[in-house]
Amino acid sequence: MSDLGRLEGFLRTDPRDVGCDEALAVLHIYVEVVAAGGDAAGRYPGVAAHLTACGPCAEDFAGLLLAVTSA
Amino acid sequence: MERARSPAKGLDDESAGWLRRLGADGGDRQAAERELHARLVRIALTEVRRRSVSSPVTGPELDDVAHQAAGDAMFAILAKLGDFRGESRFTTWAYRFVILEVSSKLGRHYWRNPPVALDAGQWERLPDRFGIDPAGHAEAAGVLAEVRRVVDDELTAHQRRVFVAIVVDGIPLDALATELGLRRNALYKVIFDARRKIRRALVANGYLEESGWEQR
Repeated sequence: MSDLGRLEGFLRTDPRDVGCDEALAVLHIYVEVVAAGGDAAGRYPGVAAHLTACGPCAEDFAGLLLAVTSA
Repeated sequence: MERARSPAKGLDDESAGWLRRLGADGGDRQAAERELHARLVRIALTEVRRRSVSSPVTGPELDDVAHQAAGDAMFAILAKLGDFRGESRFTTWAYRFVILEVSSKLGRHYWRNPPVALDAGQWERLPDRFGIDPAGHAEAAGVLAEVRRVVDDELTAHQRRVFVAIVVDGIPLDALATELGLRRNALYKVIFDARRKIRRALVANGYLEESGWEQR
């Protein structure tokens, strides 16, 4: 049933997920750790879990990372 | 506008310079504001173009969104300078404002020419939403029918409306947040709870094992 993999992944929730507000509050810090090649997911597992599941916050992360690394 | 506090100890030189110049009087401050605004405009333009692939907002309207986002971000940054605690470089902290403004404004502009109406309920498109190949539709039909049953029978009216709008109809979460007057986080929590509820029902009814899909 590999065709259903995306649905299964979507339905699977991570209890560490901190939600949008907490993730966005530290997004600038998280992005800098990523940009520096650090272990952002290890330092902020709840943020990493959230960015995996939340499309809009993942877009914000990608945009901020691009802004920081292309400056 | 809130003036910056004295630059905190431990700040990198560039961040301290930004705070010093933005907290100064006269020409230094104006020059710093012009420079920061120019950076925000450039980032906003890049960001709206990056997102244009997945947004119904196009053409000159994208540039308008970018300039509005840069202006509003600039206003917010100057108002919140005192909140900057030096946990990142100043520019990274500041750029976050403009990225979030772009998100918010694209969500608002979505409704000027929406590709799908609120409450459309396009359940027939659900397989495509999850990348299920047409050849797999028949195999997936039972599971998807159960998902719909759970949505119809076990979600609250609010959960159902939000789930159908975002997951079934593909309305961007930020656009729905604007339409319903809710925050992104509030809608995310609704979807989070709906995901958990649907998954539990699929497990309870034998469509899904705790560790993954049951072979049936």
